[in-house]
This record gives sequence, structure tokens and C-alpha cells, in this order.
Amino acid sequence: MKKLTNTLAGSLIAFAASLGAAQADKLTFYCSAQEDWCQLMARSFEDATGIDVNMTRKSSGETFAQIRAESSNPKGDVWWGGTGDPHLQAAEEGLTMEYVSPMRDQLHDWAISQAESAGNKTIGIYSGALGYGYNSDLLAANNLPEPACWKDLLKPEYKGHVQMANPNSSGTAYTTLASMVQIFGEDEGFEFMKGLHANINQYTKSGSAPIKAAGRGENTIGIVFMHDAVKQAVSGFPVKVVAPCEGTGYEIGSMSIIEGARNEEEAKKFYDWALSAEAQNLALEVNAFQVPSNKGAQTSESAPDMSQIKLIDYDFKKYGSSDERKRLLQKWDEDVSVLPQ
Amino acid sequence: MIFWIIVGWVGYVLLPWYMVEDGLWSFEWLFNGYPFDEDFAPALFLIGQGEKLWLAPLLIPLALPILLLGKPKSDPIYAKILILAGALGFGWLIAQGFGIGIRGFNFDWLKALFGEPKIRQFGMGYGAMLCASAFLFLLTQGIAARGAVNGDVFVVSAIGGVITIVTAFVFFPIANMLFSAFVTEDGAYSVSAFASKFFDDRLWGLGCFWGAKCGAAWNSLFLAIVVGLITTVLGLCFALVVTRSGLRFKRGIRALTVLPIITPPFVIGLALILLFGLSGSVTVFFADLFGVQPSRWLYGMPGVLIAQTLAFTPIAFLVLIGVVEGVSPSMEEAAQTLRANRWQTFRTVSLPLMRPGLANAFLLGFIESMADFGNPLVLGGNFDVLSTEIFFAIVGAQYDQGRAAVLAMVLLFFTLSAFYAQRAWLGKKSYTTVSGKGDAGVHPLMPNGLAIPVLAIATIWALFTAVVYGMIIYGSVVELWGVNNTLTFKHYVTAFSVRFEEEGIRWTGAAWDSFWTTISIAAIAAPLTAAVGLVTAYLLTRQNFAGKNAFEFGTMLSFAIPGTVIGVSYILAFNVPPIEITGTGVILVVSFIFRNMPVGVRAGIASMSQLDKSLDESSLTLGANSWQTFRRVILPLLKPAILAALVYSFVRAMTAISAVIFLVSAEYDMATSYIIGRVENNDYGLAIAYSTTLIFVMLASVGLLQFLVGRVQIGRRTQIGAERTI
Repeated sequence: MKKLTNTLAGSLIAFAASLGAAQADKLTFYCSAQEDWCQLMARSFEDATGIDVNMTRKSSGETFAQIRAESSNPKGDVWWGGTGDPHLQAAEEGLTMEYVSPMRDQLHDWAISQAESAGNKTIGIYSGALGYGYNSDLLAANNLPEPACWKDLLKPEYKGHVQMANPNSSGTAYTTLASMVQIFGEDEGFEFMKGLHANINQYTKSGSAPIKAAGRGENTIGIVFMHDAVKQAVSGFPVKVVAPCEGTGYEIGSMSIIEGARNEEEAKKFYDWALSAEAQNLALEVNAFQVPSNKGAQTSESAPDMSQIKLIDYDFKKYGSSDERKRLLQKWDEDVSVLPQ
Repeated sequence: MIFWIIVGWVGYVLLPWYMVEDGLWSFEWLFNGYPFDEDFAPALFLIGQGEKLWLAPLLIPLALPILLLGKPKSDPIYAKILILAGALGFGWLIAQGFGIGIRGFNFDWLKALFGEPKIRQFGMGYGAMLCASAFLFLLTQGIAARGAVNGDVFVVSAIGGVITIVTAFVFFPIANMLFSAFVTEDGAYSVSAFASKFFDDRLWGLGCFWGAKCGAAWNSLFLAIVVGLITTVLGLCFALVVTRSGLRFKRGIRALTVLPIITPPFVIGLALILLFGLSGSVTVFFADLFGVQPSRWLYGMPGVLIAQTLAFTPIAFLVLIGVVEGVSPSMEEAAQTLRANRWQTFRTVSLPLMRPGLANAFLLGFIESMADFGNPLVLGGNFDVLSTEIFFAIVGAQYDQGRAAVLAMVLLFFTLSAFYAQRAWLGKKSYTTVSGKGDAGVHPLMPNGLAIPVLAIATIWALFTAVVYGMIIYGSVVELWGVNNTLTFKHYVTAFSVRFEEEGIRWTGAAWDSFWTTISIAAIAAPLTAAVGLVTAYLLTRQNFAGKNAFEFGTMLSFAIPGTVIGVSYILAFNVPPIEITGTGVILVVSFIFRNMPVGVRAGIASMSQLDKSLDESSLTLGANSWQTFRRVILPLLKPAILAALVYSFVRAMTAISAVIFLVSAEYDMATSYIIGRVENNDYGLAIAYSTTLIFVMLASVGLLQFLVGRVQIGRRTQIGAERTI
């Protein structure tokens, strides 16, 4: 009995002690960027504000699925990172909340137009252009010419050397499909996808997998976002990055506050902080080579120079809408994916 | 009975009725306005303040049983009142839980009936849980008092308890999920929505016969059958080598067979890429040797097949070794005495007696292959299988929950058909050869014509496994896999570094968070799994009650359901009241319990059918009730089964991925989902270093468990009966 009283007394003291700490503010943070970047953002925000951060990292598709599943009882507060389409879709479905940050005047135009196209329910935090990368060792070993344009990839000598993700499962690959439709026009764009299909060795599930396989020497050319390719090159893999000569599409990595967030105030604090130059400079520490949306933030020397890349005028509103997405994907499924390779 | 009445009142009057937001183990609510604050108040205080009035009717069934105090059990009113109170309370609790959600009434007809008042409620907390269990057990006591199962309170309560939790955590989420297969985009129910998803070319296409791709359903089915066959044959080879050959490295072979079971997913696939991928060492070596172009042959069916065979052969072996040992040598000796030669003996006596084992091994290989998620993800190439398709239907760019549900149905249909095909094949024949007497004798050696190929296959496969594991260890200590092969320990340091500071140890490594979560969740889940499994096994072997077959089917169902399906259905079912546990550690524990319980059940049944019923009977005759008998007589004799269930559920909790990936949250990240994150990031060094550490931790824990449970030799037959079925 005495033992029991002791335990009880001990635990009471423990509760009392935990009371002070437990009162601290907290934030549940869904992160769709790479793991180390997410970690760094979470820890730095804690240091900057003293708010406890609970971070979960999942791909943007997984996070979107989770937010939708939890919509009747939201668990998360803020969703940061990942390609813009699921953010736009979440805005369209009313899963995220409208917020106009006082930091807006510091941002590039493309970030603000992203926000405006979604009724201020999301905002751009970085951008990255689509392109491809190749493993220079493998290219040399197979005596292949160095590609420079999208159309180069259709050449028969690249048969079995090109990899891209499946547009049905990856936002990157859907951006590729939508970019081709916008660069070449819908009919020619689909002709391009059909020609490419003949050279593809595998449609991967995840968007950046093709360039990772290229880095490891499991594939020659991977169609990905250029910053992903740069990252492989910087990590020491023999990867060369190509900005295709016809011009290319791009993504805007976005951030949204979840509708019905339990810690709305903290979420807004995070939102403002994440748009600041100091927060966006953190990307360099973790080899994230996207272009930050804050005009004052630094860019890496290894990052692809956006001014040298021919960017198309990507129509996020049209190609991010679920109807257009469904139509293009269905067309791709019926006209392209069924062709023999 | 008094106990449960008190529990019910405690739940109603003292504990917070609703889920406390900060988790089950935080007791902040004690200081934050309890008992009057609406968030933390017990039900009685809520009603007292005019809130949540729909909880008031619960007072009636809570008060009813008090009338019975002092009445004898034989009083007919006793049973009636208990049943009435229990059923009323439990039923009302469930009805209000589902009827009223976060946004008021959940059903349109309720809104039509009562209008749309501003009412809402969150998930059930301690109070509601206690009340629910109190009502449940009052009900079972009432049923027992009416004379069900000889009026045995313990047995009726156990049956009631198991049925309730299996319904709540297996049937309810699965049914919930399968319904979504019939939902159209705007939320209406329609059969055509189901049909259009079901008759899809991506599912049933036969394009691979003319150069295009085949549907995922055919791919899965074909792969699973091949994997089932190969693992069964290989498992049989190993079992024969261990029991019926003069080979000296038997212990080594046994050790090799344990390894793949405790290997986290992905690792085998990664090692195979390192060996046989386009730039893999073996591929490059042979390409140079013969001057051919290296190819990507590994990606697709061949790679998945090899990886799954490596991973699941040990399971087949473990099933078969018991059966192969269990064939009584006296049968084989009899055949030889009748002048059969060794080959005839093997073919006509030993092999047919191993049929249950072969069927079980095949079934396990089949189901594991169907449900496998990690290997197809890494090695699948363009070879789509159902499990990955389900995952990407939900998380991919298509966000099609209905399609996932349809795919899940197809998967479930395949696994359940395999289950029944196995039963039909075994039929009702008896395969029991161990009779308790005269087990002496030595198994004859294999005939030479068989021994040579079997030994050759086993040796080659064992060497192959050893090479693969060698590669894994090597991969964890090189700088950048495949590019820079300098030896380094930096991956281990990144993952598991610690700093010693004044306040004590600081766990600075990146992996510690998920590591401790994994260990504690596995440690909580394992004993619970074993407990639920063994109680169920006890009910199945020792008791007779109506609906026993359905009961058995229910408890085994979660084994045939692939993890991906469980994960998705859990997040759909348990994110909303009344049971609101997503984002907590509880949901992980619960999912592990019900994923792994069938193994506990099977291990328990196998052991218990070897314990003679006369033991129970003598205990009962001496005046013990069935609970005492279970605790004092059966439980101590079940140590091997307990150990098996504990080890299995612990290991599975540490290596499972398919369900877990949906259920992890910010606070509760598991090792396997962390590892996937690293793999996705091309950070193979860290992923493999972490996996290697997990392998050693599991080996140590298994050893520790064995030590804790104790390896008592029980004076009974040492052979395992051949009648085991999974």
C-alpha cells in the first residue's frame, strides 16, 4: 500500500511539473518536401518562435489524401511543400483556408499569381522547372549522343534508355504531360508522348525516381524537375542536367493552411515565417535547389539559372483543375499507355 | 457483477466522457477545469449543465442492475434485467455514437426527424469506453445467467469481448471501406460506379499476350501462384535437408531461414539491385565476360519473383519443418518393413502425410505475395500488381478511393478463394500420425535420387541468401552505394549518434525518434496480441457455442486482408467519432493486434489441441472455474505458443509497412516508414544502416523474450501434430 501511495505521489508531482511545459503552443505541420528540409523547417521554426512543432513528412499526394480523409475532423494545421496541383485541388475542394499574409510584398509575381488563382487559399514558396538529366557514364558506355531538346528523346537510339513517372500516380509526370500539351499543342503533344512511350523503359510510381535510378546507374535518362537532377549531381552521382531547348513547364511548390485547423494562430505564424527570406535561405543547407519565392532569399550556385531557361506560360488554373486533369489522364491512358513498347 | 456496475458508474460519473485531445496518457485534464469544463467533463456533469442531453438515457440501464444486488443468480428476473440493461446501454451508446457526429446528425433521416439543432460530439474517451465495457459484460453475465455455455461467466464474457473487438476493428472498417466501392463522385450509391471500376482494362486486361501490358489482377494472381509453388518446394527442400540428411550445417541453415523474417521490407530488393541491376556487380561482371549489353531484366516480374522467394521461403520452411518432423517415423518404418524401397516410402507414405503442411506453406506464400508491397514497389518496373495499385489509387495523382476499394475487393476475393481451395484439397482426411505412444524411431534418410537434387538446391539457395545478406551489410558501410565504395561508418553515426550532456544523454541521431516509437509500440502490441490470440484459441478449441465457425472465420479474416487495405480502411473508419484514434499511437497498436492475432490464434490452437482435455476436466472436477483452469492449468502449459505469438507479433510490428504507412503521424513515426522516406530520397546508406540495426535489435529482443518467457520443457509429446492448419 505504501508503495502505491509513493507511486501516486510521484506521478502527481510529475503531472504538476509537466503542466508548465504542456501549456506551450503547438503546431501540427504536414510537410511534402524532402525529409531533411522538413526537419530543418520544423526545428528552425521552433527555435524562432518557441512553438512546438509536430511534423509528418509524406509526399504531396499522400498528404492530400490524408487531409481529405481527415476533412470532417482535421488533425493538421499547415501543409508546406510539394507540387502546387494538389494544393490547388485542395483549395478547389475547400479543404484549405483563405489567408492573405502581410509578407506578400516581398514575393515574386509567380508566387502571388499562384495564390490569386486559388482564391488566396494557397501560396507559392518555391518553383522548379521541368527538364531531364542523364547519367553521363552510361551515355558514354552506350555511345549515345548528348540530348539537348525534348524532341531528341524520340530518337530511336534512346530506345529503352528513358524513364519517367506515370502521370496517373505522380504530379511531376502530370506536369510533363501538361507541359507537352502546352508546348506542342494538344495533338502534337500527344504524338510526342506516343513517340516517347516507345523509348520508355519504365514508368515509375514516384516523380523523382527516374533521376535517382539514373544516378545509381540503373537508367540512362530521367525526365524530372531539374532541381532533383541537380541534387543528384551535387551528391556525387555522374548526372548531367538538361534544360530542353523548346522551353519547358514548371511547378510552384506551395503552402496552405488547413480549413478548421486546431491551431490556426500558430499556423498563420508559420505561414508568415515560411515566406520570409531567412526561412527560405534554409533550403541551401539541405541541397534543395528550387528557386525561392521571396525576392530577398539567396539561390544556390548549383541551382539551374531560371533566367537562362525558356519557361512557357504555364496555365496553372486550367491544367490544375480536376476536369482537365481527368481528361488528359484518360486520353493518355487510352491513347498512349496501351501502345506496345 | 458488482465490479462491472462500479466500472460503469465510474465511467459515467468520474472520468472525462470524450477523448482528451492530448492523448491517452496525458493527465492535463485533471487540472484544466475538470469536472466542469465541457471538454473534460464526465457524462453526469455534462447533463447537469444541460449539455449532451442524449447521454441521459444511459442512466436507466446503469441503475437497473443495482436492483439485483442481493438477489440470487437463480432468480429468473436476474438474467432478464442484466440482459435488458446491458443491451439497452450498449445499443444506445453505439446508436448515439454513430448518430451524432462532429457536425451534428450523421444521417439525413435524423435531420428530417429532429431538425438540425446545433449539437456535436467528438470521439469516445475513457468514460465512454468504461461504460461500454461495463454494459457489454453486464450483458454477457446476463446471458450466462440464462444458462448459455453451462452458465460459465468467464467463457461467455470472453466470447462477447472477442466478438465486440473483432467487429469494431476488423468487420466495421472493412465493411466501411468496401461500401465506398459503390460510391459515385457526388456521393450517391450506385452499382454502375462499381461496375465501371471493376471491368477496367488496367485490372483484367490480357494485353501481355500480344505485347502490351496485362491487368494488375492477372499479374498478382500469376505471381502469387508461382511464388507459392516455389517457396513451398524450396521450403520442403530445406525441411528435408534438416530432418532427413546427414548434412552437418543444419544449424546454419536454420539461422539463415530466420533472417528474412526479421528483415525490414525493401532491403532485399535493394540488395538485389546492387547485385543484378543494370549497374549491379553481377550484371556488369557477366556483361564484360561475354561482351553483351547489360539489361534491365531485373525490373518487373523476375525481380519481384526473386525477392519474394527470398523473403517468403523461410515462412514455408517454418511451416513445413513441423510437419515433416511430425510424420511419425513408425509409419515410414512400417512401409520399409513391407519391402518398399526408400523412394517408394517417400512417395507413397511420407509425401502424402505432408499434404497439410504443403497446403499451408503454399497458402502462406500465396497470401504473403498477394499482400507484399515493398518488393513490387522497388523492383516492379512496369509489372503492376494489386497491392501497389491500391496504394497509388489512394495516394497517387488520381485520388480514387472507390477504385482502391474495388481493387481491395479483388485482392480479398483471391486470398479468400485460396483459403477455401486449401480446405477443400485437404478435405476431412486425417493426417494425424503422432498418437502419443510409440513415437520412437528415426526418420529414414532421403532416397539418393531425391537427396542429391534437394541438397544441391538447398545449398545453392542458402549461398544465394548469404550473398544477399553480405551485400546488405556491405551496403550499410560504404560511402555512396554503387558510386563511391569507400568504407565508412557515417550512416550509422547519422542515424544513431548520441551526445552526453549534463542533463544526461541526448539522442541526436536522425533515427532515434522513430526507433523508440517503434520499440515501444511493438512492445505494447506484442503481449496484447498474444493475449487476444490465446483467449480466442482457447474458446475455439475448448468450448462449443453457436456460431463458432463464423467466429473462427472472423478472427482469421484479418490475416487474409492485405495490409494496404487495412491501413486505408482504418484511416477512413477511425478518423471520425465514435472511435476517433487516427494520429495516435493507439491506432498503430490496434492495427498490429488485429493484423497479427491470427498467428497467435493458430499457435494457440496447435498447442492446445495437444493438451489432453482430461487436464481441464480434472481441474473443473476439483472445483476450479474455467477462468482458474485457464490461468493455472492451460496457460503454464502454453509457454511455447505464448513465445511464438509474442515473437511473431513483436517482429511483425517492427517490420510491417503496408498498413503502417497510412497510420503513422507526426508524433508516432515508425521505423519502416522512416526507412521508406530515406529510400525515396536515394539515401540508401542510411536506410540500410537503419535496417541492419533493426535486424540486430530484433535478434536481441527475440533472445530476451525467450529468456523472459522461459524455455520450459513440458513433459508431453515433443512432436507437433500434423493437423495444423493456418
